[in-house]
Amino acid sequence: MELLVMQLALFVLALFLGVELINKVPPTLHTPLMSGTNAISGITLVGALLAAGADTDSALVTWLGFTAVVMATLNVVGGYLVTNRMLAMFKRKE
Amino acid sequence: MNASVEHLAYLVAAVLFILGIKGLTRPKTAVRGNTLSALGMLIAIAFTLFDRHILSFEFIIAGVAAGTVIGALLALKVSMTAMPQMVALLNGFGGGASLALAAASHLLTAQSTGYEAGPMGILAVLFVMVTILIGAVTMTGSLVAFAKLQELISGKPIGFAGMKYLNGAIFIAAVGLLGAFCLEPTNLNMFWLVLGLSLLLGITLVLPIGGADMPVVIALLNSYSGIAAAAAGFILGNTVLIVAGSLVGASGLILTKIMCVAMNRSLTNVLFGVMAEGSEAIDADEIYAGKIKSAEAEEIAMILETARRVVIVPGFGLAMSQAQHAVRELADVLAAKGIEVEYAIHPVAGRMPGHMNVLLAEAEVPYDQLVEMDRINPTFEQTDVAIVIGANDVTNPMAREDKGSPIYGMPILNVDKARTVVVIKRSLSPGFAGLPNPLFAKDNCLMVFGDGKKAVLDITSALSQG
Repeated sequence: MELLVMQLALFVLALFLGVELINKVPPTLHTPLMSGTNAISGITLVGALLAAGADTDSALVTWLGFTAVVMATLNVVGGYLVTNRMLAMFKRKE
Repeated sequence: MNASVEHLAYLVAAVLFILGIKGLTRPKTAVRGNTLSALGMLIAIAFTLFDRHILSFEFIIAGVAAGTVIGALLALKVSMTAMPQMVALLNGFGGGASLALAAASHLLTAQSTGYEAGPMGILAVLFVMVTILIGAVTMTGSLVAFAKLQELISGKPIGFAGMKYLNGAIFIAAVGLLGAFCLEPTNLNMFWLVLGLSLLLGITLVLPIGGADMPVVIALLNSYSGIAAAAAGFILGNTVLIVAGSLVGASGLILTKIMCVAMNRSLTNVLFGVMAEGSEAIDADEIYAGKIKSAEAEEIAMILETARRVVIVPGFGLAMSQAQHAVRELADVLAAKGIEVEYAIHPVAGRMPGHMNVLLAEAEVPYDQLVEMDRINPTFEQTDVAIVIGANDVTNPMAREDKGSPIYGMPILNVDKARTVVVIKRSLSPGFAGLPNPLFAKDNCLMVFGDGKKAVLDITSALSQG
């Protein structure tokens, strides 16, 4: 139970930190912000790896894990690459 | 590997995500921020691979390879115009990943030891089911949003007037079953039923929402995908999932709020209001009759010739006709003649937050020329020519003047205060709001009918010759 309360505290604090940080992002970068956070939400890959690599007899579990790995990787790779592509265009021309 | 090392690596990853978003607060540091964030992701993933619970790598390697190839192809091929679809798709995959992860985790637990008795066990099932509900709604909702934006299905609201009651019924049924399942987690039929209802709910929630409200929907689904990841973090007791998920959740919520404020509507109204609204037809002919002045490119060029300050107002029409490069060339020619040029960006111009900025950045327009609504509005009175390209509702003076109008109170760009307004548009057809725009009938407004890109090119060449 204590561990859970700690995790809940972490969740709430991160939420506040997120609000403070993201309010400072200028509107001109809102599209890259969305794709960049898409990439960050691909952190579910960490959990997906555990599910796909688990020791189980159930093919369903393995396939669900596999699906999660594909989707999360897509988010990570697609998200970071497309964000980088956009942000590179915003670089001031010297 | 020691579990403490793994958790420390997750802490480093979480810090890098935060620094990454911090980098996004300035265009100059943004690329570095994105790289830091990606580095955090790499660290989290690399250390997870050493986890002793991972026993087989075949599916991991296959999955990562497939995801990398598809993701890289999408990211490198997508056009800037299609960025809203891309983000909708990524939102959907994010939700889907959380959904699949939660389902796999539940089945694993059910097969081995089962959930422990008592409140902790109930909470554990609750986390699984909440992740499934949010993940499923995010996935199917995003896919419908994608289909609408990609014009695979009609962008118009699809549904019937009482749709919100159906959605309410599905939601209540899903939550009720979810609660029952928490008390009886061995009943797998109930599990699949909740999953199915959640998938259905995502579809029926987004179908009745029209194209104009897509920026809000995408931002909201972006938030959901983060919350789903955080919920998955609670299932696994994984701190980096919780932190990263709540950061993304917060980001999406803020963008949702900004979009709603920019349309002067509440979130409830965007999500449930559209079909209920009986829009009374306003007679467009009455407003436009005899008052529309159309002009040729040469006339516009002559007017621009004598201007000192020009403001360009881009809308979704600019994206549709791929006119961003043409607009940039026009601005270059104007600047070469010593004319000051700025761009007025309405928060909901385009189909997602910041869409216009990305398009113009693609055409190498310096970002300091892109001015937000609140800062540019006071300058329209000192503006000689405002050029509106493919924007409509965000310039409609009804929002300011007509109390009975459905868009009354929505903040708009006050282009009608400029000495001359040039509107480049294919026809007099109404925008998403379905309203005529009295701006077009004003004395200081000139219409240039035609494709946005072609019209801008014509004006530019007339200006260069003059």
